[in-house]
Formats: sequence, C-alpha cells, structure tokens
Amino acid sequence: MAENNDVQKEQISQAYLALVWWKFKKNKMAVVGGVIVILFYLICGVLAEFVSPYPLSFQSDYLEARPQPLVFKNQEGKFSLIPSVYGLEETVDVELRKRIYVVDKTQIFPLALLPKAAEPYKLLGFIPMNRHLFGVNLKAAPDGYAFLFGTDRLGRDIFSRIIYGGRLSLLIGLLGQIGTFVLGSAMGTISGYYGGVVDILIQRLTEFVGAFPDIPLFMALAAAIPIGWSPIMVYFMLTLIMVFIRWGGLARQVRGLILSLREREYVLAAQSAGASDARLMFRHLLPGTLSHIIVIATLMIPGMILSETALSFLGLGLRPPLTSWGVLLQEVTSVRAIRFAPWLLIPLPFIVLAILAFNMLGDGLRDAMDPYGGR
Amino acid sequence: MLSYILRRLGYAAIMLVLVSFVSFLIIELPPGDYLTKKLQDLQARGDRSAELRIAEYRVRYGLDKPLMERYWIWASNFIKGDFGESFEFERPVTEILGNRIGFTVLMAVSVIIVQWGIAIPIGVYSATHQYSLGDQVVTTLSFVGLGMPGFLLALLVMFFAMVVLGQEVSGLFSNEFKDAPWTIAKVIDLLKHLWIPALVGSVTGTAGLVRIMRGNLLETLGQPFVEAARARGLTNQKVTWKHAVRVAINPLIVILGSETLPSVVAGNALVATVLNLPTVGPLYVSALQSQDMYLAGTVLVFIVFMTLMGNLLADLVLAALDPRIRLE
Repeated sequence: MAENNDVQKEQISQAYLALVWWKFKKNKMAVVGGVIVILFYLICGVLAEFVSPYPLSFQSDYLEARPQPLVFKNQEGKFSLIPSVYGLEETVDVELRKRIYVVDKTQIFPLALLPKAAEPYKLLGFIPMNRHLFGVNLKAAPDGYAFLFGTDRLGRDIFSRIIYGGRLSLLIGLLGQIGTFVLGSAMGTISGYYGGVVDILIQRLTEFVGAFPDIPLFMALAAAIPIGWSPIMVYFMLTLIMVFIRWGGLARQVRGLILSLREREYVLAAQSAGASDARLMFRHLLPGTLSHIIVIATLMIPGMILSETALSFLGLGLRPPLTSWGVLLQEVTSVRAIRFAPWLLIPLPFIVLAILAFNMLGDGLRDAMDPYGGR
Repeated sequence: MLSYILRRLGYAAIMLVLVSFVSFLIIELPPGDYLTKKLQDLQARGDRSAELRIAEYRVRYGLDKPLMERYWIWASNFIKGDFGESFEFERPVTEILGNRIGFTVLMAVSVIIVQWGIAIPIGVYSATHQYSLGDQVVTTLSFVGLGMPGFLLALLVMFFAMVVLGQEVSGLFSNEFKDAPWTIAKVIDLLKHLWIPALVGSVTGTAGLVRIMRGNLLETLGQPFVEAARARGLTNQKVTWKHAVRVAINPLIVILGSETLPSVVAGNALVATVLNLPTVGPLYVSALQSQDMYLAGTVLVFIVFMTLMGNLLADLVLAALDPRIRLE
C-alpha cells in the first residue's frame, strides 16, 4: 500500500524534464530516430575499427569489384546458417575494353563472427584489439576476401569506408554544432542581457552574415582554404567556417529567450544578492534557455552533416587522404562511374538514413519540449 | 510607406557595399591567384614567353595594384555594369553570365511552377482532410522530402535513368541540339530534358511548402470568419478556396521572396552540378575552384542582392495583401 502511494506521488510531482521524457517516449518516430542516431555514432564514431572488416589503409588487388552476394551455404555448397560470400573472377569486358569482375560461384568464402584480424589494430587509436566484428573465416579460406558493398577504383572495401567516412561526417556535424552552440548562446546571451550598443552591434553582425545565403558563402570560404594545408587543419577549418556561418541564427533565438527571462523576479533577486553580470548571464539566464537551444541545435546538425557532404562532393571540402561520406561520393561525380560501378552509390542510403533519423529525433524533441500542450 | 521603402533600400545599399567588399576579400583570400597557377601551367608546357605574358595579364587586370585600389576599380566598374573579366574564359563576366542566365531563370521558374503547382493543392487537401489516411501519407512523405537533400536525389535519379532505364539525363539538350539554332524541335527537346531537373530541384521546397500550407490552413479554418462563411450557406469548396486559402497563403509569399528569388541567380548549384545543367550555379562552383575571382565575386554579390531584394519585395507584397500588416 505504501509503495503504491509512492508511485502515485511520483506521477503527480513529475518534474519538467520527466514530463518531456514521457512525451518524447510516446512519439515512436522520434524514439526510432534517436536510436538510429545513437547507433550511427556508436558504430561509426566509437567502434569503426572494430565493426569494419578491413582497416582504412587496406587496398586489395580487386579494383572496382562488384559487391559479393551473401549466401547461406558452406564450402561444400550445402545450406548453412553461417553466411558465406562468393568469390570474384577477373574477366575482360570486350565492349568496354576494361577489366571487370564477375561472381565466381565455385569459390565460397565462409564468414565468421569475431574472427582474428589480419593484423592487430588500436580501437580509437589507443585500445589494442585483434578481432573484428565479422570478416572472412581465414582459417577455412586462407586467401578469402569479402567486399559486401564492392570496392572502389583503388580496391578499397566500400563497406569499411562507409563506416570510417561516417566517423568524420558525423563528427563534423557534432563538433560544428558544439561550436555554434557555444558561440551562438554566448553572443545571444550577451546581446539580450546588455541591450543597447552591444545588442545593436551583435544584431547587425548576425544580419550581415545572414545576408549571405548559406551554401554559396560556405563554398566561397571553403574554396579559400589553402590546398597545402594538412587534412586535419582543413577539417578544423571547415568546422570553424560552419560555426561562423551558422551561429547567427542560434544567437537570435537565444537573445529572444533571454529578453523575456531577464524580466523575471528571480533575476532581480539574484541581482540584489550581488551576483555579477557574468554569473547572472551564464548561471541564471542561460540555463533557462538550454532546453530550447538543445532542440534548435539538434535540428541544425543534419544541415551541417549535409553541408560537409555536399562540399566534399564538389571537391571544395575534405579531400582524399581523409575519408568522409562526401569524399566517398566524389567517386561518383562522373557519369561513367554511375554507369559502370553503381555500387559506389551505396553510401547514399546511409547518408539519407542518418539525416532522416536526426530530423525525426529533432522533431520529436521539439514537440516534447512543450509537454503541457495538447496534440 | 514611401519612406519605409526608401529606408529599406538605403539599408540594402549599405549592406551591398559591405557584402561586395567582404565577397572580394573572401575570393582574394586564397594564397596565390589564378595567374600564378596559369604561369606554372605555361612553364610546365615549356612556354618561354610565359612570364612576359603573365606579367602583361597582371597589368591588364590590374593585379599589380594594392588590394583596396583593386576593389575600388572593380566596384566602380560594377555599378556601370562592367563586372570585370573572367581569367579562365578570358572573356567579360557579363558575357559569360549572359549566356547562362536565361537557362538559370528558366530552371528557377520551372522549379517554382512545379513546387507551387504540387504543394498548394496537396497542402489544402491535407488540411481539409486532417488525420485521414491521405493526410498521413502526405505528412510522412513531406517529412522524408524535407530530409532528402536535392543533390543526393539527383544522383539517385541519374542512377535510375541510366542503369535501369538506360537513358541519358545529363544536361538540358540532346547532343544533336546542343549547338543548333533555336527551332521548334529544339524547344521540344529542351522540354523533354527540363522536367527531371525541375522535379528533382523542387522536392525539398515542395515538402516544406506542403507543411507550411497545411499548418497555416488548419489554423485559418478554425477561425470565426470561416465559420461565418459556412453559416451563410456557402459550399465547402467556396469556403476553403475563396475564404480560407486566400488568407492562409499569405505567409508563403515571404518564402517566395526570400528563398525563391535568390535561386533565380544561382539556382540550386548542387543539383545543377550533378545534373550538368548550363546554369550559373555550376559556373560559380568551378569559378571558386579555379580562383576565377571576378566571376565568382560577381555571382556572390548578385546572390546577396537578390536575397535582399527578395526580402524587401516579400514584405511589400505581404503588406499590400494583408491589411493587418503595417509597415513602419
């Protein structure tokens, strides 16, 4: 009985965040989106070296090989629950005058869960490991290979590259968003709190940056990155450019929220207790806007990921030694590639899935942030 | 009203000057310029007079002068309608843009027609049949459409057309018509090619419009004046189209001004690049890549110009249509 009472009490005095969580959970689309987003970050961001069967530096002798179909057979050709892949055979396409690969059904390479890696590697660069999530069973087929999504023109495994590419693409969205978040909320808070000349200056600045349309400005700034820079520098520069272009929108929204919060009594109370400006702004005012900012920020991440993809695709963003989704798509800029190696387009559905998942998550969060409203 | 317009125009003018200067700076930013690259090219080819020729170019384009002076020359000529010369094509920017602006406007107009033609009826249907199966399908589709980036869709369409249908979709003309003079046959050929980029380019915008139209109309339909119109015995169709839609459509004009008008200049550069369209967008991208600064700078300034004008026009039209809005 006492326990029952406790449960009831808990339901009545739900805190705001608990209500938000409760409303969010009811929205199936948003939950699915959130799970997919977390999976993407887990697989690509954290476990890329483990999940991808081949390391990033790996190059096979099979150039532009088509994806090897998955079959549930063992090496004797009998049904087996452990999937295998068919091998590839090199032939010459007379019409195209080009080496191509066809599926060779006489060779069967069984796959294995957690096989020993060809060489030990370090997860995230510091955790030594010697097993991949899956791969060809090298004991059963010593010279076997498995390119589930085929290979590119340098013989690299596309499946692995999609996972590694996701790491940079998803990270640039996150890093860029964190930067935008910090700069935008700081500028917005300062602008809203001080008002007057500071406010006018910051507002004019955001208007000025906003007068440039996103993508053309982004292209122009990205094109200004010197070609000689190291890939890491280019990566961070691109992130900075994104922050520079996007912070204005966030700052304006934060400013609006701060303007209304500033008039609340608790601010006056804190002020009379002798709180400094900085403390008032960043301890008392900014936290009140956080839930809003987080939603706006989540809704902006897919745009950032897409900007990177688009720019790299055009050759203005990240460049080859780096692997990102946009860099992967660079391979399909030619009509020839789409016609003769359409599997190079396989990264596409993954990009779209990540974007959609982010949108679903962001939409769900936005609805959930107002848990008292109907609908 | 007039003073408002004048003030906005003055504001836009100041903005343009600043924007043009910043554009100039951005385009100037990369170390080394087009001519340095060209010099290397010529020298690699064993051209002995390369250095002399490049030095001559440098003087001709005024590249030996300091930055501010160069900006001043460019900006003052810009107002007179001379946008400088493209290094890559060695022709005036005006001429190069002139060749492409026709198709760019054509693309933009077709995209607008497709977007509005599809989005308004669907949005109205979706709002008047709220929570019906059709509405749910529309809502889901528009959600996917919003998340589907145009250039990725363009890649997919290319793939389907080429690999599945075995058809070429690149460009706006078939090969035999590319350099042919304008004839009825060429126009028909153009129309045959136009619909794919128009459709691909309008997906994201259409999805957005549907969502806004649905939301606006739902809000409007709940208002008393709609009730009053119904009470007077007007047919449902009349109430929806003559009363509610007319009010609900107003906010869309802002989108027409602020997003669609700038697209007349650069269009969707990404989609156009993928589909290899002869519009300004791909030209801008390649100009940025090769540091063809006057060309890239001119396009950038025009995009911003159209954005500013679009916003102003949208505000004016909105004020004219909706008497509740007062401009000050």
